[in-house]
Amino acid sequence: MSAEALLAVSVHGDRLNVAAAGEWTADRANDLERLVMAAAIPPQSPIKAMLVDMKGVAKLDTYGAWLLERLLRGTRESGVTAEVVGLPEQFRVIVETVHQTAELPDPERTRRRSVADWLETVGENVAEVGKSAALFAQMLGAVTVAWLRVLLRPRTFRFTSMVHQIDLVGWRAVPIILLITFLIGAILAQQGIFHFRKFGADVFVVDMVGILVLREIGVLIVCVMVAGRSGSAYTAELGSMKMREEVDALQTMGFDPISVLVLPRIVALIIAVPILTFLGEMSALYGAGLVASIYGNIAPEVFLQRLREVISLDHFMVGIIKAPFMALVIGIVACVRGLETKGSAESLGMQTTAAVVQSIFLVIVLDGIFAIFFAAIDK
Amino acid sequence: MSLTDGVLSLFEDEEAATLDISQEIALRVRNLQVEFKRTKILKGVNFDVKRGEVLGFVGASGAGKSVLLRTMIGLIQPSEGTIEVFGQEFSKAKELRAQLIERHWGILFQHGALFSALTVRQNVQFPMREYLNLSPRLLDEVAAAKLKMVGLPPEALNKMPSELSGGMIKRVALARALALDPAIVFLGEPTSGLDPISAGEFDDLIRTLQRTLGLTVFMVTHDLDSLHSVCDRIAVLADGKVIAAGPMSTMLASEHPWLKSYFRGKRGRVGATM
Repeated sequence: MSAEALLAVSVHGDRLNVAAAGEWTADRANDLERLVMAAAIPPQSPIKAMLVDMKGVAKLDTYGAWLLERLLRGTRESGVTAEVVGLPEQFRVIVETVHQTAELPDPERTRRRSVADWLETVGENVAEVGKSAALFAQMLGAVTVAWLRVLLRPRTFRFTSMVHQIDLVGWRAVPIILLITFLIGAILAQQGIFHFRKFGADVFVVDMVGILVLREIGVLIVCVMVAGRSGSAYTAELGSMKMREEVDALQTMGFDPISVLVLPRIVALIIAVPILTFLGEMSALYGAGLVASIYGNIAPEVFLQRLREVISLDHFMVGIIKAPFMALVIGIVACVRGLETKGSAESLGMQTTAAVVQSIFLVIVLDGIFAIFFAAIDK
Repeated sequence: MSLTDGVLSLFEDEEAATLDISQEIALRVRNLQVEFKRTKILKGVNFDVKRGEVLGFVGASGAGKSVLLRTMIGLIQPSEGTIEVFGQEFSKAKELRAQLIERHWGILFQHGALFSALTVRQNVQFPMREYLNLSPRLLDEVAAAKLKMVGLPPEALNKMPSELSGGMIKRVALARALALDPAIVFLGEPTSGLDPISAGEFDDLIRTLQRTLGLTVFMVTHDLDSLHSVCDRIAVLADGKVIAAGPMSTMLASEHPWLKSYFRGKRGRVGATM
């Protein structure tokens, strides 16, 4: 059926005759809308009345009824009388229903884009950063209070929960941490050998890898992995508990969500991350040694001998001492984000992303602060 | 059949015939069986739903009502049996024909299942955008008209689902189910979680819309008041089969022990005297 058959317009003196036919349904609504728009009476036209003949309409649904309503309303607004004749009986109800629903103000779409809008977004984001900092401080305080309470009454500590979390974030993370750090160590060694070889300083690769891995890379890689792997899991767990009102349930039963949910998780991270860091550093050194012996012709004995000469305990301590602090930051950010989750699935996704991004950012900032501190005390 | 044939047959489809929605029987279910891990949930369900009729499905908790509903709308694959929608078999339909059928029904999920990332307006417009090629103006106007039809104020258009009350969520979900002017509507426990007044209003709304739009309604419910006020016919699911079907008077007259305690028990009495 052609589109033209839906609506035929003819002029009789000062009267406009509109003959509707065919299927006035959702599937044809697009054609129909164009025809209805075209049939609208232009201002200052000599036409005084419109007669819509619906006799030929075979099917009519809400879409068709609405377009009829739009045609009539547009006509009446321009001061022309409009009348419908021959509407088949079975469609009368739906046309009336749509007519009743029709006197609504069309709510506007908010689609303005101006400089003020842009500034508003910037301002909102800055305020959001401030709010995040405040929430971080608040959670740090709450965790400290919960920890002091545990020190006073050690029996209240959720030991089982903590062990469970250590299993999840520590023990189960071991394989992937070993693999990643092994690869990083191997890549560092390969790059070092490749470039140092040009001026015959192959063996200095041991200095470079040893110091870099123990002081910086080991702990950073492990923390980035933990933030992505366990931080996001904390946020998602706590977030979905929040969404299903489990956190509220805990609270009303007289439990403090911080000491039941947050504290065991953060303590678990503080215990697990230094261990993972140590394992990761050893794995990275092993990877470096392997590449040195295969690719750089530095025998394992030479590698170990050189390592013993250049690495002091200080280097190791500088790296490992950062681990619990970074764990604390990751844990707190993850728990703050989890408990900030609102009712929707979208909110949970946003909070999880925010948790990972923020914790990695803070880990790197913290690393910088430690670097300044260690430089100041000559370590 | 070789592997290539098997893969190719996934893309082949029967001609997407038009669905003749003026037929007498809207839904025809024959010998429908569903198994989960060797436990039979449905053991041969048979029933018809006539065009323009409201069929209410009742049954004890765990009798398989939700499984039946989910099987009917294609979320669960039946192990045996057929589901015909206006004469077209749905359970074996491939993509094109399945889409044609899905275009002609709307589903109200028990908890609304509104997309939480979209506003009310976008939720109602979602099926329209997918299936119809409409101008933004018409999309907005029809969405507003649908919302008004389910009794929501136009202010609700720009709200997010998380800002709505339980009753409003149901209404928006109903508006979304009706977005494409479907011929059949499936309602999963439409009044659960509503207070008796809202539930009554929702029942009236369903009845009014059903009459206005000439809908065929398949409804799973526990609400005796809904059964009284909305349903033309009631089917009872027990032990994986339909044990009784008919209007309320048949249910009330039945001597089957389960039916007796369900319809004439303590909670049934108030409704029965109405």
